[in-house]
Amino acid sequence: MSKFFENSDLDINKAENIVSSTLNKCDDGELYLENSKSEAIILDDHKIKSSNFTTDVGYGFRAITGDVVAYSHSNDISENSLKNSSANLKSTLSVNKGSYDHQIKKTNQKFYKEIDPIDNKSMDSKIKLLNEINNYARSIDNSVKQVTANFLGEKKDIEILRSGGELLKDSRPLVRINVSIMLEKNGRKETGIYGIGGRQSYDEYLKNDNWKSICDESFRIANTNLQSKPSPAGEMKVVLGPGWPAILIHEAIGHGLEGDFNRKKTSAFHNLVGQKVASDGVTIIDDGTLDSRRGSLNIDDEGTPTEKTVLIENGVLKNFMQDRLNARLMKTKSTGNGRRESYKHIVMPRMRNTIMLSGNNTQEEMIKSVDKGIFAVSFGGGQVDITSGKFVFNCTEAYEIVNGKIGAPLKGATLIGDGPSSLKEVAMVGNDMMLDPGIGTCGKAGQGVPVGVGQPSLLINKMTVGGTQI
Amino acid sequence: MIKDKNYLLNISERILNKAKKLGATDASVVVTNSISEDINYRNKKIDGSTRSENLGANLTTYFGKKKSSLTTSNLREDVLDGLVEKCFEATKITPEDELNSLPEKELHFKGIKELDLFDKTQLDNKDKVNYLKEAEEIAFSDPKIVNTNGSGFSQNKSNFVLANSNGFSDGYESSQFTAYCEVVSKENGSMERDYEYSSKRFFSDLLSPKIIGENASRFAIRKLNPKKIKSEKMTVVFDKRISKNILSVFSNAISSSVIAKGTTFLKGKENSQIFNKNVNIVDKSDIKRANGSKYFDKEGVRVDELDLVKDGVLKNLLVDTYNGKKINKRSNGRCGGTSNLFFKKGNKSFNELINSKQRILYINETIGHGTNLITGDYSVGASGQIIENGEFKYPVSEITIAGNFNEIFKNLILADDLELNYSTNSPTMLVEGITVGGI
Repeated sequence: MSKFFENSDLDINKAENIVSSTLNKCDDGELYLENSKSEAIILDDHKIKSSNFTTDVGYGFRAITGDVVAYSHSNDISENSLKNSSANLKSTLSVNKGSYDHQIKKTNQKFYKEIDPIDNKSMDSKIKLLNEINNYARSIDNSVKQVTANFLGEKKDIEILRSGGELLKDSRPLVRINVSIMLEKNGRKETGIYGIGGRQSYDEYLKNDNWKSICDESFRIANTNLQSKPSPAGEMKVVLGPGWPAILIHEAIGHGLEGDFNRKKTSAFHNLVGQKVASDGVTIIDDGTLDSRRGSLNIDDEGTPTEKTVLIENGVLKNFMQDRLNARLMKTKSTGNGRRESYKHIVMPRMRNTIMLSGNNTQEEMIKSVDKGIFAVSFGGGQVDITSGKFVFNCTEAYEIVNGKIGAPLKGATLIGDGPSSLKEVAMVGNDMMLDPGIGTCGKAGQGVPVGVGQPSLLINKMTVGGTQI
Repeated sequence: MIKDKNYLLNISERILNKAKKLGATDASVVVTNSISEDINYRNKKIDGSTRSENLGANLTTYFGKKKSSLTTSNLREDVLDGLVEKCFEATKITPEDELNSLPEKELHFKGIKELDLFDKTQLDNKDKVNYLKEAEEIAFSDPKIVNTNGSGFSQNKSNFVLANSNGFSDGYESSQFTAYCEVVSKENGSMERDYEYSSKRFFSDLLSPKIIGENASRFAIRKLNPKKIKSEKMTVVFDKRISKNILSVFSNAISSSVIAKGTTFLKGKENSQIFNKNVNIVDKSDIKRANGSKYFDKEGVRVDELDLVKDGVLKNLLVDTYNGKKINKRSNGRCGGTSNLFFKKGNKSFNELINSKQRILYINETIGHGTNLITGDYSVGASGQIIENGEFKYPVSEITIAGNFNEIFKNLILADDLELNYSTNSPTMLVEGITVGGI
């Protein structure tokens, strides 16, 4: 049973007829239905600055022949609107000689609970807690000058109706709690930001007064940065901390292993399957099956069950991440990486939780081995150019390493490198793999989707650090 | 066809009436409709098409000094009444903030000027394909262009109304046509990509497909076989693609929200010299057909022309109603940001600028998000060309550039090649003393 056609002049049979008659000469396609609600409650400058609730319902109708994708979406779920979309799809795919593949793997696997994180915690208690966070954070030290805290919650129900009438469903909760603290001391200002989240209720993340440790961590980062000195510039050794710094793996390597860039041969990795692309001991997976993690999915946005995909095994490139379109054109199977931001967006191969597995070294060994370099503990934003392989990251917490010891914190350090070559520069892989706290959103072609990352500590032989000191 | 003004007005009235009936002391609502039709084209054929139709409303209800808001794409009458109730229920339990209010009535936009923001031209797939085909063919006429990341053409038409319980009720149609072409060049194992794009309210104002194709090709080829350079302090010239982003950093740093909170490096700099005396920055809202032109801001407040920087001195901030009250200023119609923002042109030609030093790093691409608005620190990845004695010598990549905006603003020198192609515009810019990180 679909719940999308209540109060509509459509029912599942009428919708299925339109879908099947539109897609019967196509290679693939589906009607994707989505009903989402989300909230953002933001405390800023002592006050609840905004409380916003959003509800969005709509469909995206997709038809594919060969490598041509026609897409039409609307928030009017009615017979008339769906027929207009159908006509629009047919006008793009004027030559239709595809054969629709009715096979799609089924699954009963569930990696998160079907809950409504917005309704199961009252507005009152969220506002009360935001005020407590504000008071607590300001009480940590009198250098705290500004506190911003927010609750972001979402529940997204999706249904995928395929030609022939197959109906696939998922219901996805997602929450995130963020605290940002600005300190001012001796005329200098610095901020620290920390957050946690995933596909559980707010209370799961807040139990045991866990919100206090979010504030403490956010203060610690800001306070470290208050003592920071200008970063050096130039090529040097870099030790990456475990956990969130894996966004470097995500940007530098992950995007280059997405099926679309490789099918189009615009990725630096497109002809390297089976070849050694990284140092020994480097194994990277993309895993949608981790319990309640931000990047986990039961099925992807095309209905394919999610899985754990090995991308690089002991340095050798094994697989790309695929959606149905790119898998079919590259004569392989979808890996359950077909994702979209919402019904307003087309499906692309996207990462889920991208993780480098543990090796044998300790972080201590890595630091000890470096005469001059930097130790990067946390990053802000990152970006990559898939074609040239160049990526860049901004450190939000970093330290200099001098003669095998961690030294002063550094401000404004940027790391720049080349994805394919920095993979080969990995000199040590730590034994301390950690997942990130659940805050990542990946952007690609204007679409944002929630993702996770994880890695152990890493020693990279050389990378260019951008700072102001030469 | 997008919905007409009356259709949107009816929805806004229904929402405002319902809010009033429930006991809301004030309310405001925006109802928007847009239809966008896009074509993607790659390797001599259509790669895909997308038709997007969006209709939605954003409501804010007030109960005294309490406020909350709700966004919905479901405008069916039975659902909508329930959502207005939900919004108002949330408002009643949100803490008071004495600064919450609608904008002052006397600041409401009341004009009847015509800005020419809507082009009726309706293109079909074939028109878009012809445009993209020509751009791609021209780009591929150089054998060093070996692949494409695709090109695209988008036609967007939208209409909206904004209404509030203080009697403001207005809206207007606008259109946007956008074309881009992104190609991949290759030579001796080096592979690079670059693009050109154009986005205008009127189809006839778009760059020609010939220029889009030529530029995309030229930009991708000039990046081939880059060298790495040593770390050093250098004189940098920012291409117009990048210098406009530096102007955006300035406008982000003078918004009343960050000034009020103190989270900007320009706090307390009003009426101080922050640029050299040849620098002037203007935000002009009423240029016909221009991308950033608007009749009123997100609150319905009129948007007069504003001198932000005069002779290097910061003269005005970007003020909305709420944050304005925190810093004792009236809104100047900048809720939602600037309109058509630009540096007035400088007094040196492009050639004079690139000849002013023996060796210059010319930057035409930056990657990363390395701006810290609080401290003004700047550090991003970059690529570009080395200029020696006014001549472009060779491309460089995998470098970083770093500095602090307080210094960059004081030192920057502008060329006289300003063009108003985007909503934020800058001439070519020279800055001395930038730290370049290389090998």
